[in-house]
Amino acid sequence: MSSIISVKDVSKTYSRDSFSIPVLNNLSLEVDEGDFLALMGPSGSGKTTLLNLIAGIDKPTSGTITVGGTDISKLNESALAKWRAQSIGFVFQFYNLIPVLTAFENVELPLLLAPLSKSERREHVETALTVVGLDDRMDHYPKQLSGGQEQRVAIARAIVTDPLLLVADEPTGDLDKNSADEILTLLDRLNKEFKKTIIIVTHDPHAAEKARITRTLDKGYLV
Amino acid sequence: MKVFKLIFKNTLRHKLRTFLTILGIAIAVVAFGLLRTVVTAWHAGVEASSANRLITRQAVSFIFPLPLAYKNKIENVPGISTVTYAIWFSGVYIDKNQFFARLAVDANTIFDVYPEFVLSKKEKENFIKERNACVIGSDIAKQYNLKVGDQMTLEGDIYPGRWDFVIRGIYKPRDKTTDGTQMLFHWDYINERMKEESPGRANRVGWYIEKIDDPNQSGEISAKIDALFKNSTAETKTESERAFQQGFLASTSAIITAMNIISFVIIGIIMLVLGNTMIMSARERTREYAVMKTLGFSGRHLTGLIMGESLVISAIGGALGLFLTFPIVQGFSEVIPKGFFPIFQLEPITVILACSAAILIGVLSSIFPIQRALNTRIVDGFRFVG
Repeated sequence: MSSIISVKDVSKTYSRDSFSIPVLNNLSLEVDEGDFLALMGPSGSGKTTLLNLIAGIDKPTSGTITVGGTDISKLNESALAKWRAQSIGFVFQFYNLIPVLTAFENVELPLLLAPLSKSERREHVETALTVVGLDDRMDHYPKQLSGGQEQRVAIARAIVTDPLLLVADEPTGDLDKNSADEILTLLDRLNKEFKKTIIIVTHDPHAAEKARITRTLDKGYLV
Repeated sequence: MKVFKLIFKNTLRHKLRTFLTILGIAIAVVAFGLLRTVVTAWHAGVEASSANRLITRQAVSFIFPLPLAYKNKIENVPGISTVTYAIWFSGVYIDKNQFFARLAVDANTIFDVYPEFVLSKKEKENFIKERNACVIGSDIAKQYNLKVGDQMTLEGDIYPGRWDFVIRGIYKPRDKTTDGTQMLFHWDYINERMKEESPGRANRVGWYIEKIDDPNQSGEISAKIDALFKNSTAETKTESERAFQQGFLASTSAIITAMNIISFVIIGIIMLVLGNTMIMSARERTREYAVMKTLGFSGRHLTGLIMGESLVISAIGGALGLFLTFPIVQGFSEVIPKGFFPIFQLEPITVILACSAAILIGVLSSIFPIQRALNTRIVDGFRFVG
């Protein structure tokens, strides 16, 4: 399989007050198209930072990151925003749904940036919600859904634009075991059935088992 | 779902906070409108002044009279078509709280110089031929339920004694800015009694009003009039009616300035209130903005969302305020004595200013929250705990 993600000699250092905190050190990583990669490691090891860099919501201090043939480390903020809208689906630990929007409207949100008609948007949203098994909860607000259901809506929002890459930061971290299993099964299905390339960050070995590849970070290095 | 829907949904997230902010803006707009109306009413005399009228008064002060004999000399100044005169009578009608202008005037010429006081030909004739006749403005007639033929009795103060008048005409203001609250009667009627009771005060007028042919020559004509009486015991000062009215207002300029400042301070305060609301809203949504940025929403989109919400609140508040201002100004105009503010109405410029202020408040209040939302990095937004 061809490599869809290429991380080369990437370092990331945060500045806090007068301190420089190195988080990633000359890290290199290749991810093939259709892979399901789990990034594990202790807190502060740089898992989420690496995920953020690959998803284009943060920039490396040095090194290059190429995703789907685009060197995203060279894109400016505006181009990066457009690239994210087209290429990345993001799933967060705490779902991060907009509380005043229904499940349908939350999933529709990224599509507002795409040149689609209302009926096309509706079709995409209904398909995404059907895939995650929430086609009967379209008009429900986040507060009317369980944690697992909220996360499934968040996954529907992440896949509705048919992105190149799905990234998930601790997607089961705020869920009970049953709900976590549902989410992991869903991610597994998206990978196997819909051939989605997925990277998840997790502390949970059970979650990592669902992934085809597991890489562990420690103190900013891949081990 | 459209972005507008999201703006409205965001606006209604904290219903009580939004309601109170809208109410605050509405009250501020009412206060602004009311204060501006008072200021406008104060300037109504200036706005109503005619460019082709000059006022000649005693050079030392407006309160000192001028000899009647000046009239013939003034009439001979080239460029003047008509000269009339008036004097402030004051007096009390019913009681001291009933205030409106009572002027003794030259009955033969006053309406030629003031065509904005619209009176029928018959009423004018009746007024001229009867020595104790008076003409009142339609606002006064309405306020005191007076009609032609009714008696009006004044208790004199500057001119002591009881003064009986018969209403022979009710003039209608020609323009919106024309004062409809004046009572005009014969200067001769007053003068005759002065001759008998206080001869030293006879044959004196308060000021002359000259109707000129060409407003462009007002400066030249004024200089010629004043030159006629230079080095006399009663030197004159002639100026345009507008300048005269402005001079009259000069004594109250500090109050007007204070009211002007207060009206804009109110706008400033409410801007801070809305700004605070928007800052709180934007702060609470720091994570949501980070999510939206992650999804690909640009700074332009976030600017639209935040400014849109701010504008929705300020527009609703402004509209509600304006909606309330009309009846409140109307109520005030009914309650306050007509004589104090003959023209008390919401001017279009006040409405425009209030609308502009509401929009300005909406835009300015959103600047800081927008700046914050745009400057917060996505990763910092996710770490934010509100």
